Amino acid sequence: MRNLIAPLALILLGVALFFLFPYNLAFATRIVIMVILVLSLDLVLGYAGIPTLGQGAMYGAGAYAAGLFAIHIWADPFAGLIAGALAGAILALISGFVLMRASGLTLIMLTIAVASICHEIANRARGVTGGADGLRGIRMDPVFGIFEFDFIGVTGYWYTFGVAALVFAFLVILVRSPFGLGLRGIHESPDRMMAIGAPVYWRRLAAYVVGGAIAGIAGALTAQISQLVSLETFAFALSAEAMIMLILGGMGRLYGAAIGTVVFMWVHHTAAANDPFNWLFVIGAMVLAVVFFLPSGLISLPAAVTRLIKGGRNGGA
Amino acid sequence: MADPVIEMKNVTAGYGPTHILRGIDLAIYPGERLAMIGRNGAGKTTLLGTLMGLTRLHDGQVQLRGKDIGDLQPFRRNGLGLGLVPQTRDIFPSLTVEENLQSAMRGDATLDEAYALFPRLKERRRNGGMQLSGGEQQMLAIARTLMTQPDVILLDEPLEGLAPVICEQLMEVFENLASDSKRSVVLVEQHAEAALAFATRAVLMANGTIVHDGPAQDLRDDPTLLHRHVGVGLDV
Repeated sequence: MRNLIAPLALILLGVALFFLFPYNLAFATRIVIMVILVLSLDLVLGYAGIPTLGQGAMYGAGAYAAGLFAIHIWADPFAGLIAGALAGAILALISGFVLMRASGLTLIMLTIAVASICHEIANRARGVTGGADGLRGIRMDPVFGIFEFDFIGVTGYWYTFGVAALVFAFLVILVRSPFGLGLRGIHESPDRMMAIGAPVYWRRLAAYVVGGAIAGIAGALTAQISQLVSLETFAFALSAEAMIMLILGGMGRLYGAAIGTVVFMWVHHTAAANDPFNWLFVIGAMVLAVVFFLPSGLISLPAAVTRLIKGGRNGGA
Repeated sequence: MADPVIEMKNVTAGYGPTHILRGIDLAIYPGERLAMIGRNGAGKTTLLGTLMGLTRLHDGQVQLRGKDIGDLQPFRRNGLGLGLVPQTRDIFPSLTVEENLQSAMRGDATLDEAYALFPRLKERRRNGGMQLSGGEQQMLAIARTLMTQPDVILLDEPLEGLAPVICEQLMEVFENLASDSKRSVVLVEQHAEAALAFATRAVLMANGTIVHDGPAQDLRDDPTLLHRHVGVGLDV
């Protein structure tokens, strides 16, 4: 029963988002899409220990692939998701062959470079991508051939939520498999994993490709829901925000990625609405507070509070 | 005599450009119990690292069943049957005991085998890697290496810093491991008495070279040999 509490809480969170933002389902959908992107980053950074500020590259590739697939080939949403996942995975595979040979700051800079190159290619290939005007004209078929994408965004929200739940379940299984445990081992001691038979380079590359595919799915969802793909999908800011959300929630925990994304985007939304000029102060203060007082992220808050209460009792005794 | 499972021929190796081992010639045979004894800095750990591909091979050859493995990465050597239990143990702290074992599991290896060898690990299977005592960590490090089903087990100072009662338990486990006639066990130890009690053959190292290679019985019978070659006694 205890094992079911966390997934049930997550499902309730998804349902709560639907009712919390009944007139702004586009925002709630965007939160869920970002959860998927941050989950992909959690696999890559939190589990495999691959520092990256270029996860937006795979997200953007997935968005453009799904958009172009819908315009020129087939407008089925699930086929579009596969196209997005493949685009993200292929970009991660090609770039990963080089990236996974680097480490530390060099690797971070290279991941930024990959996203920048993708951004420039999308900008120059105006005839295909629409350049700075963005890719327009995406029209999606109904989900399962039944549920039309409506103006309010009800179908879009539940479709996105369903995909997010599947991605989350897949990742839960993956990180508990010997492959996932091996990734954590590589994160903590690559040399040791190498000595107990793990091909570290290939395992890291595999994690990067799976992470790329998931980021591609997030990008594809963005294209399908908003029916527009802009150059901003490759922007550095997106990758950086995704990392902040992950740090905020807690790395290497999956649930942390979900919590961090929801909290970041909700605070961002509220603060920006109340003070359009100084909202970044609020975000900055929140991140600083979490980093200083909860280094393992918001997911460690219940444990920290419990320790505090127990410490107080012991101190009083 | 059977062909050696491992053979080092005129090996010079070290870390980066530094040479630690010089002119090492060593053959290890299937089912052999080999003790490797020497003072700190003699090159014992470097020798094991060179076998596993963790150090830089400057010159010479390292062969496994007659095949040159000098250019192979550590995971390939492990796949060919070499298993190292490092001195530092390197338990993954964020993983539980069971997850540490699963992270290395290969072929038809099962958790039950590990738990049969170390019942204590079964009791602690849900505990995090860093919640274990030194002895339990060592058991886990050994069990994790066994999950890769090695033919040659390289044990780097497994008794270091452990209570005598734990050392006795581990020595029983080493006896158990060596009872498989196809499996070779290489025990690097500063505790010469324990190592010689276990081994059938002993190699003494000093200053990156092998200064004596012969039956362990010779050293048990004449402890002055130990002192003469490496400046240590049986009680070291």
